[in-house]
Amino acid sequence: MKKKLLRTLLLAGLTLGLLTGCSKAADQTSASGTEENAAVSTQEEEAETGNSTGRSLEEIKESGTIKIGVFSDKNPFGYVDANGEVQGYDVYFAKRIGQDLLGSEEAVEFVFVEAANRVEYLQSGKVDIILANFTVTEERAEKVDFALPYMKVALGIVSPDGALITDVEQLKEKTLIVVKGTTAESYFGENHPEIKLLKFDEYQEAYDALLDGRGDAFSTDNTEVLAWALQNKGFTVGVESVGSLDTIAPAVQKGNTELLNWINEEIEALAAEEFFHKNFEETLAPVYGTAVDADNLVVEGGIVE
Amino acid sequence: MQDMGIQVLFEGINFQRLLAGLMVSLNLALISMAFSIVLGIVLGMIMTVKNRLVRLICRIYLETVRIMPQLVLLFLVYFGAAKHFGVDISGEMAAVIVFTFWGTAEMGDLVRSALISIPKHQYESGYSLGMTKLQVYIRIILPQTFRRLLPSGVNLLTRMIKTTSLVVLIGVVEVVKVGKQIIDASRYENPKAALWIYGAIFFLYFAICFPISRLSAVLERRLKT
Repeated sequence: MKKKLLRTLLLAGLTLGLLTGCSKAADQTSASGTEENAAVSTQEEEAETGNSTGRSLEEIKESGTIKIGVFSDKNPFGYVDANGEVQGYDVYFAKRIGQDLLGSEEAVEFVFVEAANRVEYLQSGKVDIILANFTVTEERAEKVDFALPYMKVALGIVSPDGALITDVEQLKEKTLIVVKGTTAESYFGENHPEIKLLKFDEYQEAYDALLDGRGDAFSTDNTEVLAWALQNKGFTVGVESVGSLDTIAPAVQKGNTELLNWINEEIEALAAEEFFHKNFEETLAPVYGTAVDADNLVVEGGIVE
Repeated sequence: MQDMGIQVLFEGINFQRLLAGLMVSLNLALISMAFSIVLGIVLGMIMTVKNRLVRLICRIYLETVRIMPQLVLLFLVYFGAAKHFGVDISGEMAAVIVFTFWGTAEMGDLVRSALISIPKHQYESGYSLGMTKLQVYIRIILPQTFRRLLPSGVNLLTRMIKTTSLVVLIGVVEVVKVGKQIIDASRYENPKAALWIYGAIFFLYFAICFPISRLSAVLERRLKT
């Protein structure tokens, strides 16, 4: 009986190989039993190949629309308002790209992405640019090409006032909530194995979990937690900056230098009119109020001091 | 104010958006289910064949589908096809393909068990009347299996409706994602909205799944007589 089961499993694995058309990926997928690992390993495997190339500037101009991946549930960077309109800091920039590249804000086709599938979207050529609060990391830079940064962040930790975490040390043996695919997940996973991580696919679920007390604290970009704590009484950001200072930049498919160069030139050109400060005033200031200084977040012309 | 949260539901076009999202979920599930039923019946009939090789292949297919999380299948079809074969399929299309792939396997297994639960003399009586194999299936066996299939088939359909919440990861915005967008857009002004929105989503799912299971109960009763 057991033998039979094994044989079935083995054959299932082989069929999988046919399905993916990439036997290497299949071996890993069937070997790592859990859903999460399987998804991640296929993701990593497929990073090496990639037949579909990103669109050149010419092709984008010809089609008349540019596909830009943004978040749809990360207020105030990318979100959908009550009238179904997409808004936010990233979106504001995306519209400007549409304006300057194709002559119209309407030329931007917004694709809603999740933290966990941003890389996939670029690799498969389903979007031209990702503008989804994408923090630049070495690991990601191997899979996608980052343009000049337009924002900077570090990690912050928010926790309930009743049991405020003011130092990472205090998190030992406690549960920290993180969102899958974010810098917080990799930072704490690598540097603080003593902290138990509770992972969610989406930001909303993570916040709900914190509110419900399913974890002791929640960590993600400090901009995010600062804004959230401001609006949620009873929660405070005890640790405002942990990990290294990271930058947030637009990303294009690996090897799409043409589009990458265009974005870089665009960002440099926009510095003259302090575009990102204006963007901050329009989209971020209403949320952060006086809690955050614009110069602590905004990067003009891709230059980080 | 305590009851602030509910306002979010009716702000702007939020409620219409939720309903539109629900239609996306429902459409995906119903289209996939329609394909699954047709293909599943065929597969179920194939699975009752005596040939061991055929049965083994069916078995592998079924086990593969059951072992593989739907999420992985969605990623493979949506991103994998674009990456390796340059085939750019829409998220909806990928979802229908995956759900049909899954539904066919499950449905096939249900049909198989329903078929073998029909007493042998039903088949033999048919043959002795000079009917062909196909005629026996269409006129005698399938009508009888239909009633046995109803409860489990409806169960599969409602499961499928609920599993559509995964398709957000391949960029299809369905009811749960719309709910999350609404909650997030208002999370600074109205942090308590989550309860109301999720509550509304619960009722929307209920409003769809409940009539379906009632309908199947009624059908089942009617078919009995």
